[in-house]
Amino acid sequence: MIAPVILGLAIFTYGPMLVSLGLSFTNDDAVKAPSYVGLANYRYLLSADPSFWISVKVTGIYAAASVTLGLLASLSVALILNQDIPFRGMFRTLYYFPTILPATASGVLWAFIFQPQDGLLNGLLRKVGVGHPPAWTDSPQWALPALVIMSVWGFGGAMVVFLAGLQDAPKYLHEAASLDGATAWKKFWVITWPALTPLVFFNLTMSLIGSLKAFDQAFAFGTSGPGVGGPARATLFYVLNLYEKAFGHFHMGLAAAMAWILFVAIAALTAVNFAVSKRWVKGASA
Amino acid sequence: MKPGKILALAVATLGLAICLAPVIWLFSTSLKPFGEILRAPTALIPKHARPQNFTDFFSSFTFWRSFANSCIVAVLSVLGTLASSIPAGYAFARLKARGSGLVFALLIASLMLPGQVTIVPVFRLFASLGMIDTFYPLVLPAWLGTNAFAIFLMRQFFLSIPEEMLEAARLDGASEGRILLRVAAPLAKPAIATVAIFAFLGSWNDLWGPLIYLNKESSMTLMVSLMNFVGGSGTAQGTPWNLVMAGVVVTVLPAFVLFAMFQKTFVAGISTTGLK
Repeated sequence: MIAPVILGLAIFTYGPMLVSLGLSFTNDDAVKAPSYVGLANYRYLLSADPSFWISVKVTGIYAAASVTLGLLASLSVALILNQDIPFRGMFRTLYYFPTILPATASGVLWAFIFQPQDGLLNGLLRKVGVGHPPAWTDSPQWALPALVIMSVWGFGGAMVVFLAGLQDAPKYLHEAASLDGATAWKKFWVITWPALTPLVFFNLTMSLIGSLKAFDQAFAFGTSGPGVGGPARATLFYVLNLYEKAFGHFHMGLAAAMAWILFVAIAALTAVNFAVSKRWVKGASA
Repeated sequence: MKPGKILALAVATLGLAICLAPVIWLFSTSLKPFGEILRAPTALIPKHARPQNFTDFFSSFTFWRSFANSCIVAVLSVLGTLASSIPAGYAFARLKARGSGLVFALLIASLMLPGQVTIVPVFRLFASLGMIDTFYPLVLPAWLGTNAFAIFLMRQFFLSIPEEMLEAARLDGASEGRILLRVAAPLAKPAIATVAIFAFLGSWNDLWGPLIYLNKESSMTLMVSLMNFVGGSGTAQGTPWNLVMAGVVVTVLPAFVLFAMFQKTFVAGISTTGLK
């Protein structure tokens, strides 16, 4: 009963992965038979390609900002909702709600919200007296922050994970600490935080990988506003760059090399993440 | 209520208002006449609601064709995901054939792989088979168990079924296939529903795959058509955002309907696995 899975893994996952590594050493252009070019693709990407390092930088900033802010938002809201406030279940459902929007749809929606002239955000900013709000989608400085804000908006998934963990935490510890006169701050660091660290680690790992692979929302955002890649290539995410190379210019060998660099980067970051986790994640010191 | 709780409630309400504003504004814009967008971009309620935005959107490209394409691809993907993940999940949980541990580890590891690392050879494979502009590249992988999340979820569920129930059927001389079909699968309805919902949305919402494999207008799915419409809809007055938002509403509708019907499944699915 697992024969199809073995076949699927071979045909669609590990087989192509190896072929892709092979193709990254060729000048494959999807037309003529590829010929071996050694490390030329990697050399070109790392030292001659005008867009490679731009997209690395864009993706790095995006990942760092959106992962950090997303974790802060999801953890804060989860802590607020974990208190015994009325309509808690409804709050949880509605906070989660924006995450069900397809990434493509939210990309289009947020490109509209961030329109410099007719957008909701600048309309509101002008109403509260900001004379010259940022030009967001048209601005090389503000287009990437706009995408970060859009990404933080989807914090509901991580929030649900945190809430589930908070509700598993033993209540009696909190009650005992309150009797001993511990402050809320102290209770958080001594009781809640250690119990949450595995979930923080989980959310951190998943959202980091997700943000490095981001494509749909960035493609939709660019298509609806400033053009794919954004003003002055300010939102040229790594995978957008890869997509353009592979399916815009049919530089398949080059794209395969980019894909392998991404794969190695994700694997390395995940490994570092796991190694560092032993210092701060409870129960990870195996 | 204690002051602390009132404060928490106030902050939660304010935060929620900020989070939901974009969605509310999406619906309101989809009903505004074009002039109102320019005159009063922040108005939440359209002065003169204009449902024709939707019919205009439907008639501005081959909408119904794309809609049908999206439905066909999504349904075939769901069927494929179920047909491959139910038996595989059962086998990983219960049969433990030699080497199945290794296969399972490779399967879970594939969750971490960026899809981009396989796209060039897989694209060339489908191209060499003449399958560009067909649905095969979008559907076939699902039938071969590439949805690792679905298999994982089914396996976790089958692990929770008491062994005695299966043992009783085995003593009656039933084959494993029959046990799965008659005993295990009927018990797994909640897990099957979860897998079906997520597989449907995964396919319906996908942009990357259809963008790569579908070039002809007649074969495009709704997400790609929406991109084409948005990218090519600019007029002298600017983008007709009211029509674009009507289009976005149509594309998010299946997710909204499924969410309204199966809220608990969504939230439980996320909190047990953390995966979308």
